[in-house]
Amino acid sequence: MKLELRGITKSFGALVANDHIDLVVESGEIHSLLGENGAGKSTLMNVLYGLYEPTAGEILIDDKPVMFAGPADAMAAGIGMVHQHFMLVPVFTVAENVALGGETTGFGGILNLDDTRRKIREISARFGFDVDPDALVDELPVGVQQRVEIIKALVRNAKILILDEPTAVLTPQETDELMDIMGQLKSNGTSIVFISHKLREVKAVSDTITVIRRGKVVGSADPGAATTELASMMVGRAVSLTLDKADAEPGEVTFKVSNLTVMNDAGQRLLNDISFSVADGEILAIAGVQGNGQTELTEAVLGLHKHIQGSIMLDGRELVGRSVRQVLDAGVGFVPEDRQDDGLVGEFSIAENLVLDLYTQEPYSRWGSMNRAVIAKNAKEKVAEFDVRTQSSQDAADTLSGGNQQKVVLARELSRPLKLFIASQPTRGVDVGSIEFLHKRIVAERDGGTPVIIVSTELDEVLELGDRIAVLYAGRLMGIVPGKSSRELLGLMMAGLPADEAQAQLDAPAAGSSGAGDVAPAGDTEGERS
Amino acid sequence: MSVTANIKPSKAVDRVAIRSWKNPILLGVLALFAVVVFALLGPSGDATFRISQDSDVWQVPNLVLPTKVFGIVVALLCVGLAVTAYRQMKQEGRIAKWVTMAFAVVFVVGLLVWIIGGTKTQNITLVGLFTGAMLITTPLVFGSLSGVLCERSGVVNIAIEGQLLAGAFTAALVASITQNAFAGLLAAAVAGMLVSFLLAAFSIKYVVNQIIVGVVLNVLVSGLTGFLFEKIMKTKVDGVTIYNQPVHLPDLPIPFLSEIPILGPMLFRQSIIGYLMLILVAAIWFGLFRTRWGLRIRAVGEHPKAADTVGINVNRTRFLNVLAGGAIAGVGGAYFTLVAVSSFSKDMTGGLGFIALAALIFGRWNPIGAALAALLFGVAGNLQSILSLAGTPIDGQFLAMLPYALTILAVSGFVGKSRAPAADGEPYIKG
Repeated sequence: MKLELRGITKSFGALVANDHIDLVVESGEIHSLLGENGAGKSTLMNVLYGLYEPTAGEILIDDKPVMFAGPADAMAAGIGMVHQHFMLVPVFTVAENVALGGETTGFGGILNLDDTRRKIREISARFGFDVDPDALVDELPVGVQQRVEIIKALVRNAKILILDEPTAVLTPQETDELMDIMGQLKSNGTSIVFISHKLREVKAVSDTITVIRRGKVVGSADPGAATTELASMMVGRAVSLTLDKADAEPGEVTFKVSNLTVMNDAGQRLLNDISFSVADGEILAIAGVQGNGQTELTEAVLGLHKHIQGSIMLDGRELVGRSVRQVLDAGVGFVPEDRQDDGLVGEFSIAENLVLDLYTQEPYSRWGSMNRAVIAKNAKEKVAEFDVRTQSSQDAADTLSGGNQQKVVLARELSRPLKLFIASQPTRGVDVGSIEFLHKRIVAERDGGTPVIIVSTELDEVLELGDRIAVLYAGRLMGIVPGKSSRELLGLMMAGLPADEAQAQLDAPAAGSSGAGDVAPAGDTEGERS
Repeated sequence: MSVTANIKPSKAVDRVAIRSWKNPILLGVLALFAVVVFALLGPSGDATFRISQDSDVWQVPNLVLPTKVFGIVVALLCVGLAVTAYRQMKQEGRIAKWVTMAFAVVFVVGLLVWIIGGTKTQNITLVGLFTGAMLITTPLVFGSLSGVLCERSGVVNIAIEGQLLAGAFTAALVASITQNAFAGLLAAAVAGMLVSFLLAAFSIKYVVNQIIVGVVLNVLVSGLTGFLFEKIMKTKVDGVTIYNQPVHLPDLPIPFLSEIPILGPMLFRQSIIGYLMLILVAAIWFGLFRTRWGLRIRAVGEHPKAADTVGINVNRTRFLNVLAGGAIAGVGGAYFTLVAVSSFSKDMTGGLGFIALAALIFGRWNPIGAALAALLFGVAGNLQSILSLAGTPIDGQFLAMLPYALTILAVSGFVGKSRAPAADGEPYIKG
């Protein structure tokens, strides 16, 4: 089935998210849409899937114009979509989720899920998915949830499958498995629209690449094109993808975590007996797939968790049991992973956000009254220093783009003398231009002699910044490896192998001959394990 | 041989006991109370529970309990259970469910016996207790079913009180004018739907805060029915207030079933509204959990965007559910004026709409759970009115708090956490 978009324009008020976009997806090809966060890729796909009504332009399937009033029409036309944030009801079973909207029913609308179960098993078997139709979605790992989304589309006979940033939540190995699945789907004649901002993946999997910048198609590229060429098309100027970073000169070890265990209210161990230390002037990057204890680790240091065992020592002082205020006063700077919810107050001005944790101190306030002039002056300086792109520092923080919001958070946290700096997902959802800047500031803080902890689920970022890399899996530390370790090693550790076992597996004779991150078909693997 | 990623250690997280001493301490305090009050200060004499009425076909002998002895037994059981709870918490880090449940049952029975033994007559009619409770339970069930339908689809319905009141007023007025109780019943459903229509229009279409719209609607209905009550219902024609003389719905006892002790008079000697209640509880439960209709409603209430992406019209589903909920609450309101009492009076629902919300939460957004919670609140409320007549050792004002104290305990999660639908109260804005 051939899909064509002609002159699609979508505007939200004054903002033009898609500007006359033309796109042709041929039958049975993998067509990548490459662009930065906020370039308009997801908007375009939501138009195609009937979630948004285009302001102008038309959609053609097999050269016939079609109109979608809603997702139901798009599905009927053979378009399926796997959203970046899964569209699954967590308290439903797999079968209920797959059936939803296209249920088989008996007399009086009584649900009959057997038919759905059979289809799920059928598709599962065909692609080696291993999905139990009666499992509760909430209890499935993200990778499996994604497969449920794919099954949802296939059950509805999707001929064109849109995958919106599908690899964001996956381990490198799961990513490779997904690419395998994409290959199988393609050979079955399904066309795939693959949306991503990760150059490596796009190059690996695409037949055709279309690059989008600021809502416009800026050109198409061959998968063989150089990475730097793709990057500069995506960003609109030459970008350096590698960070100029001197080797670390670690000083004294001032931050030490020993036997840290964190539990939730139900008594589940979210972190299990973690020990590590960070020296002055060193960056420890913490890698792992989202939800393996990273959030809990940073929150535990900050004093946000109730049930903690073990010790967290900074400069010879115990942090466990202290209030957040005391921890901040001890010299901990913290960039939370979700800047919009935890890092900023969106309705407050940029100037106010820049003193969120300083406002009680002189000169920002005196006798309980804030000194507006000083706060405004501080804002002016920080906005200039951190290159925050804004009309005025009195604008609300949520009018800023993601990258500029993050600069504000970083500016605030770095404006105090720090004894420890923790940044969680420092560049998530941030444009490439800002990433460069944010990374430089973090390295500058390290070079100033502060111990730095970076938590990131992006392997590229971890490799870029980390002087040493720690990997978390299911709340356990899989080991700490040097900053220049291989992707394959980190990938295996992220999938739950301790560092030494992972290394041993990589050192095994034939392992070297397989391509970077290649994964054997599931069948082979099973044989090997037994 | 090749590198594989499929060797994953079990991701199951092991548990550690996190000890919370709140519950053992609470049980300990209550056990102490039982020892002092039920055992040491217990009244002498017998407490009599009358199970059958004289008119019953099958006579079940009265239950006679020696108050003092029974109080001692209850106190000992309570102490034993409290100690068990303490030891379980110490050893296993959590209290088994049955311990708390057993404690609650034993304590409540002990309390009941102690109170009855302390009254002047020292006896109580269980039939009276339960059938009287239905006067409160029935509107509560309708109210909470309305809540189930609305909240399962993601709209918080604070306007249940207003819907009940609108139903009560309209039923009285229409049944008086037409001299037809069924016309009144139908009109009540329409009135409840009208209130719902406003709730749905403002909260779904115009995305006004659902709580605020609900509160405003309650005030609006209270004011409007109060005004019309003064202006119309009090109008006398030939010295009679003809607009507030509703014809009543007849009781329709079901042969055989109505003769079962306690349950018979309670459930099977009701008007059509009572039977409608039983049918609705079962039907809504079945509908929610066994049919396509219910799957879609629950999806809309849990993850509206997911429902939208598979072609379900979220806001239409919500609108229809809120309307249906209004109709149900309206019928519950009709119970006041067509069954329970002879005429409408100002603000006669007396906050039951809010207790219905509590029953909904206590019942974990499940129709059957909500109905059982409504029954519990009904019994507690009726016990209070029976005892205040019988002359109890406890002050009547204190007993009057009982249903509300129970409500707070229920809502605060003492009986286990209850989880609202994830998108409850969240408007869905497309795009």
